[in-house]
Amino acid sequence: MPDGIRTHGFDGTHPTTPSEDKAGTTKVVEVDNHTINFGPQHPAAHGVLRLILEMDGEVVERADPHIGLLHRGTEKLIEYKTYLQALPYFDRLDYVSPMCMEHTWILAQEKLLGIAAPERGRWIRTMFAEITRVLNHLLNVTTYALDVGAITPSLWGFEEREKLLHFYEAVSGARYHSNYFRVGGVARDLPVGLAEQIAAWADTFPTFIDELEQLLTSNRIWKQRTVDIGIMSAEEALAWGFSGPPLRASGVPWDLRKSQPYDMYEQVEFDIPVARNGDCYDRYLVRMAEMRQSVYIIQQCLEQMQPGPVKIEDRKFTAPRRQEMKRSMEALIHHFKLYTEGYHIPAGSTYTATESPKGEFGVYLIADGSNRPYRCKIRPTGFAHLQAIEHMSKRHMLADAVAIIGSIDVVFGEIDR
Amino acid sequence: MAEPAPSGLAFLAQHAGTLPGVVRCGLEGGELVLHAGRADLVALLTALRDDRRFSCEQLMELCGVDWPERAERFDVVYMLLSVSLNHRVRVVVPTSAEAPVPSVHTLWPVATWFEREAWDLFGITFSDQPDLRRILTDYGFSGHPLRKDFPLTGYVEVRYDEDQKRVVNEPVTLTQDFRNFDFVSPWEGMVTLPGDEKAHTDRQKAASANTVSIKDSK
Repeated sequence: MPDGIRTHGFDGTHPTTPSEDKAGTTKVVEVDNHTINFGPQHPAAHGVLRLILEMDGEVVERADPHIGLLHRGTEKLIEYKTYLQALPYFDRLDYVSPMCMEHTWILAQEKLLGIAAPERGRWIRTMFAEITRVLNHLLNVTTYALDVGAITPSLWGFEEREKLLHFYEAVSGARYHSNYFRVGGVARDLPVGLAEQIAAWADTFPTFIDELEQLLTSNRIWKQRTVDIGIMSAEEALAWGFSGPPLRASGVPWDLRKSQPYDMYEQVEFDIPVARNGDCYDRYLVRMAEMRQSVYIIQQCLEQMQPGPVKIEDRKFTAPRRQEMKRSMEALIHHFKLYTEGYHIPAGSTYTATESPKGEFGVYLIADGSNRPYRCKIRPTGFAHLQAIEHMSKRHMLADAVAIIGSIDVVFGEIDR
Repeated sequence: MAEPAPSGLAFLAQHAGTLPGVVRCGLEGGELVLHAGRADLVALLTALRDDRRFSCEQLMELCGVDWPERAERFDVVYMLLSVSLNHRVRVVVPTSAEAPVPSVHTLWPVATWFEREAWDLFGITFSDQPDLRRILTDYGFSGHPLRKDFPLTGYVEVRYDEDQKRVVNEPVTLTQDFRNFDFVSPWEGMVTLPGDEKAHTDRQKAASANTVSIKDSK
């Protein structure tokens, strides 16, 4: 790698000679093009991103992301697993918003099977999808601020995330890889008292967003680092396959929860925050506004949720209760068949997409009538966003590239699959 | 799950039949799917993007599918989305390992990475794609892992070699053979039991005789 900046004494022959100062000891700084390797082990790379940056001085000329360092062959593995066994792989895609990944997978299967979860199950899924959205945005906004130099938001935000992870643990037993959503509902009902805890949290959380906004929204340094950085116009954002907050920050009012609603989104009221400039600052603003809307949706879910079954009572898809298995031979057989063979999905294909916190997360599922998917293509949201980094960071400073990476919210579990 | 009005999609399906290169089109499970040939692909996708009836502004996904028993073993699938009219269109194009598919990165720049991925994982080639490097697999990887004939365990495994002080690739050694269970139900999938072929043919004869007798009685 060439050493970037060479400083040498003035020899009088250089074509870009600046006017000599009085002492006659002017120095010329000659800057040449060079390439730097950003990552794959870099705190601001949000995981294992290797970015080859061609620099002209401190200005980015070309950015070539090398991905795949976290490639685990998820799509190949899923082809060899039953539909039920494939579910935990989805938690490990975007590990910052696990339940939203599960949600798409479950909805794709339900569509091919033609079954629908009972109402309470769908309310719980909707509520946890929104809890996941807050979980994701909290991590993104605060670590994004950390990359740009503000440490306090991340300290505050992680404390708030801890409360949400407690809700995850309460329903599923795991803080991250929850494995909670199921075809035809969710694995189990909310434990006693959890609804009240969530309601109590939802009452206090808007105050926290206010405090976070006080730290950042009108902060001069934050604005200097993000306003007018990495601008994407609406046309560019559409052509580059943007979705979610980055698309809405560019002024396209598009949200799958509104336009192609799934589960209970039709029955809750919420607004879609849209910004105009498409820069890093607007992407931040959209996420902050979305968190407020998510809290509003969570409150509505809690209000409208009625007691009832959380999953369908079809023993071909959901396991019988343990009590039943002690007495009923049929229940025992059902349990055994479900956890060894699983269920079969009739031949067909679907592309099902949901609005994950990062944007459109889709599953293209081809079923061949067996108990395993023939092909399961996962449409990662960050894949399209990361590709545009070359376009967004061109002619920006190196430090701006860091802000851009933060603003598009990339997680490599999902991009590399 | 609420879809965009199905009547609207059926209406769209009628129009889609007239587009260049469409072999057949229709609704599959409430989703509009167009099957098309490689030759007119760019013209077709341009029409889908620019025609006011479709206005698919976004290419959300492009992926390969492997059907090894077919003569042209791959499908390339394009998921298009119209944010102005709120519908999705899926375009399926068959291809083989040798025949290149025209690249659509000029229509949607996002296609570049998707095409690189299809090349990397399936070995599908795209003509006029200047940047057809591998994307997800390791530097120096050989083979296309999502093909059905590529083993799940792969061919090589990596480890750090303490003597050579570097990461080395070695052929995969499995302590237990890879087990791929067949879940075809014996009640549904297995028509004859081993050693029971004679009884089976007798049963078939009896069955055919039965149908004849029913016809006769009518």
